[in-house]
Amino acid sequence: MSESTFVPSFVNRRSFIELDGRARAQSLLDEGTGKELVGPFDRIESPWLPMQDAVPQADDGCIVMKGRTAGNPAVVISLEGAFQGGSIGEVSGAKMTAALDLATRDSSAGISTAAVLLLETGGVRLQEANLGLAAIAEVIASILSLRQHAPVITVVAGTVGCFGGMSLAAGVSSYVVMTREARLGLNGPEVIEQESGIEEFDASDRALIWAVHGGEQRVGMGLADALVEDSIDEIASVVRRYVLAGKPAQHRSEQVPLYRERIAALDTSKQIDPLTLREQWVLRDSQGGAR
Amino acid sequence: MSEYVGLRGRAWFRTLTGNDQPRTGDPGSVLTADGQVGRETAVFLCVVPNPDSRFPCARDGQVGLEEAYALANRIRETIDDDRDKPKPEKRPIIAIIDVKSQAYGRREETAGIFLAAAAAADAYASARMAGHPVISLVAGHAFSGGFLTHGYQANRILAFDDSGVTIHAMHKEAAARITRRSVSDLERLGHQIAPMSYDVRDYAKLGTLHKLLYVNNPIEPTESEVFEVKQAIADAIADARTGAEDLGNRLNSPAAKETRKASRTVRALMEKQWVTV
Repeated sequence: MSESTFVPSFVNRRSFIELDGRARAQSLLDEGTGKELVGPFDRIESPWLPMQDAVPQADDGCIVMKGRTAGNPAVVISLEGAFQGGSIGEVSGAKMTAALDLATRDSSAGISTAAVLLLETGGVRLQEANLGLAAIAEVIASILSLRQHAPVITVVAGTVGCFGGMSLAAGVSSYVVMTREARLGLNGPEVIEQESGIEEFDASDRALIWAVHGGEQRVGMGLADALVEDSIDEIASVVRRYVLAGKPAQHRSEQVPLYRERIAALDTSKQIDPLTLREQWVLRDSQGGAR
Repeated sequence: MSEYVGLRGRAWFRTLTGNDQPRTGDPGSVLTADGQVGRETAVFLCVVPNPDSRFPCARDGQVGLEEAYALANRIRETIDDDRDKPKPEKRPIIAIIDVKSQAYGRREETAGIFLAAAAAADAYASARMAGHPVISLVAGHAFSGGFLTHGYQANRILAFDDSGVTIHAMHKEAAARITRRSVSDLERLGHQIAPMSYDVRDYAKLGTLHKLLYVNNPIEPTESEVFEVKQAIADAIADARTGAEDLGNRLNSPAAKETRKASRTVRALMEKQWVTV
């Protein structure tokens, strides 16, 4: 559409969040290059859900697509938030680990293969409890192995967010991309309210939730790298930029002294104001701290 | 939940290192000390309850911000100290585990506990990938994010075969509430469906565990039991040194071949389809 029609840009913006997990994966690969691996027609379903009268899904809520991004080999692993809240079960976890390990194998053989993780997940699937937790430990291990050779880019777009054990997967990624609609944290508000009481975290307080876990805050305080609009084009462009940038000189989860010092400096006698913390951490970043 | 979370961790740390005080600069909840295993020195790490923690939600044996970064720091120190040593001389790192969970607090979320947990997991995995044998000994509870942060990246996991040992993604009360089951339903289900179980013998069926160790009373082990546990740790170290530096053993163990069939099918098919793209 030409600019002379004065249509605001958001009208023509193609939403990423409105796409399902499969379309999201497809949209980040160069046109015509994406091929799904271990897809729904291979019908590897969770063996544990039917035993508990829960309906499995033919892709177990995890879509693996191999192709190219900015001309470079890449694999996109997308969690479908609409199936079991994007939770990690045996099969979805094994798909992630298998794809990451194959990307590592190619990358260490000279064919640098980036991984893009689209994380919409509450963490462990409770019906597969210990196998979900074990799978998450293995996903983390496989990300750590791949990122020695090629970048691992996590995108949290929304609206499920990225919580539980899978927040560690985001934490060990080379780059984290978030929208304003996305949330990232170890424990969600409901879990904290249940475990520690409503005075600790009121899970009905929307403003508080976004102030603590929201994309703007996470990027603002340096715990994620890029804040993007809910736009296919913008997200794809940022992902391409990070694929081309390659792995960072140092990963955020390796910056132990910096973060240790920051934690030591916190006043814990009362709750921490998110905005004040953001300002403090960003100020120090500009003085040559975190990436 | 057991009211003794953390007691076993501290008891075994003391037994294996002769020490139970934190190092200078570390929070009261993180113990690090050298200990003899066989003919070599290993670095032992343990998280214990710290009633005086600055963080109110991390006082009962939870792994919080300070714990995660202190662990990461001590592990990275060990990696750096041994950087120039040949692999067979890199010190083993032994994680003793008795943790209630991760810390469930607003302060923790605000300051990014997910990154702290990631940094600790990163440090453990980096040690493993650098050639340090990393061995976890589950002496009591190993729950959820607490275990992901402290111990789940080990080459080999040992656990006591004892009713006081529980390895799980979520404690019973919370799991019952969220899955809308009663606690007794959950227990019954656990015996039918191994990954749901709270029993460490069922956990052993998943194939991720290297070995179960038997000690009559894990809070007060006899001298010969301590000797056997040390021997089991030494064996696990030797086994880790001969094996790969990834977690592949958790999928290729005899128990995994039974229980994690779906995982193995996924891997084989992914590999087959990968090369055709």
